[in-house]
Amino acid sequence: MSRAILAILEQRENKLKKISFEVLSFSKKLSEKYNNEIVAVAIGNEIENLNEVEKYGISKVIHFKNDALTDYSSSAYTDIIFDTAKEFDVEYLIFGDTAFGKDLAPRLGARLNAGCIMDCTNLNLAEDTPIFTRPVYAGKALINVKFNSNEKVVTIRPNIFKAHIIENGTVLNVEIRNISSPNLKARVIEIKKSEGKLDVAEADIIVSGGRGLKGPENFNLVENLADVLGGAVGASRAAVDAGWRPHRDQVGQTGKTVSPTLYIACGISGAIQHLAGMSSSKYIVAINKDKDAPIFGVADYGIVGDLFEILPALTEEVKKIKA
Amino acid sequence: MKIVVCVNHVPDTATKVKIGADEKFIDPAGVVYIINPYDEFAVEEALKTKEKFGGEVIVVSVGNDSNKETIRKALAMGADKGILLKAEKPLDSFGVAKALADDLKNYQPDIIFMGKQSVDYDDAVVGQLTSEMLGLSCISNVVELKIDGQKVTAEREIEGGKEVVESGLPIIITAQKGLNEPRYASLKGIMAAKKKEIEEKKIAEYPSLTEVIQMIKPQAKQPGRIVGTDVNAVGELVRLLHEEAKVF
Repeated sequence: MSRAILAILEQRENKLKKISFEVLSFSKKLSEKYNNEIVAVAIGNEIENLNEVEKYGISKVIHFKNDALTDYSSSAYTDIIFDTAKEFDVEYLIFGDTAFGKDLAPRLGARLNAGCIMDCTNLNLAEDTPIFTRPVYAGKALINVKFNSNEKVVTIRPNIFKAHIIENGTVLNVEIRNISSPNLKARVIEIKKSEGKLDVAEADIIVSGGRGLKGPENFNLVENLADVLGGAVGASRAAVDAGWRPHRDQVGQTGKTVSPTLYIACGISGAIQHLAGMSSSKYIVAINKDKDAPIFGVADYGIVGDLFEILPALTEEVKKIKA
Repeated sequence: MKIVVCVNHVPDTATKVKIGADEKFIDPAGVVYIINPYDEFAVEEALKTKEKFGGEVIVVSVGNDSNKETIRKALAMGADKGILLKAEKPLDSFGVAKALADDLKNYQPDIIFMGKQSVDYDDAVVGQLTSEMLGLSCISNVVELKIDGQKVTAEREIEGGKEVVESGLPIIITAQKGLNEPRYASLKGIMAAKKKEIEEKKIAEYPSLTEVIQMIKPQAKQPGRIVGTDVNAVGELVRLLHEEAKVF
């Protein structure tokens, strides 16, 4: 039997996030070749959907519980995961590459003297040792990387490794451990939610606007389309730097790198920094009045034309189909 | 207050990446190097912190002689002194963090700023790694910062909002875009920076915990089709998305 894999689950407001199930399926894939035991770890107070872990073929989850652990505490979470890694002789620790995983994973790397491979987008098990692929230079290049360390920390990019439900899998054993006095050296005291909307980093559909929108007041055209599609609103760096949209909406290098199923670029010419951040989307639609705009070079479908006419019409058409 | 800011020297974001002959690194020919954009926010915050609490700002960079250009940039913005931790060969993020931790433990800063990630390898781990190595707190991805006595309150960006995090000094803060507006170096600043000291130190050899086997270009996306040139194309576009791409 190989050494264990620790699958670190992420919860927000007492619910496991989708990335947690992707982490489980990734761990499962990694374990199949080397026959590792998988121990899933959840930290929080109440976790409503913890039993869903069973659907992904996982038989062991440890729930570390304390009132003060409902929200993230880097110090407490690091201590708990470190102790668990020692207890189970863990080889791999798998996290999602989210704000939570990005913050937490390297801390475990340092404690365990483990290499960190962040933002993994492919796993190759065909060689002697697992090879992980990750984007560098915001996706302008990829590197294939292997570990030289005994303990290994991996974060996986959301929406890349799909969560697979396994029928008639195992029976889940949930072990609850109460943590009496967590180390709250650093702790979250409040979460400020941004108004209602979906985050581009997590969205399956993104409608982005750029300089072609001509001003912040016209972003309602982008928002309306995003609304009917159930997607998030993104923006180019030009739109963000002009103060039309908050930085959290920025897609591209120095913004967010995204890989949604559908990316609609409206009035975005496609600077190299923007293309790096969204070219790995499954389907790309470009709407731009300049037929020579670089964005058309990566678009599956394009309309060369006036977005002020096209966006409202597109919103209406989508509404009809969805009705 | 003892303030440190760590800066990295990286290819300009406008760089078209070409893979080098060794297929492990990019081809540096013709590449323009700049201060890592996120590190500019870190430098600005370090200078603001000094303006409020006094003390000095030390700029530290791990790399080779060319990193001095980026150290000078931070000095021109107003930092007091530079340190170049000279590495014989490229280090992985773990090695960079080790080099920083080994040097900074002697100095014991109250606060260390750095960018949330370098726009070359995009690991976004050096702040957190260094903090653990030094036994300090670290708040990453910070867009707002308040320091009140020994208490630090920071807002860090998360999906769909911000976490307000409380911790104490000493601490490492990694800067996200939005934290501030970095100042431009004045002509006077640029002149003054030429006279400021950059101390060079050779660093120990650190083993790489990860190893790049190969660097490759992502599969180039093929241009698709132009569905039309005006609003009449909308119907066909929706049909394609619905029936061909099946995205809704």
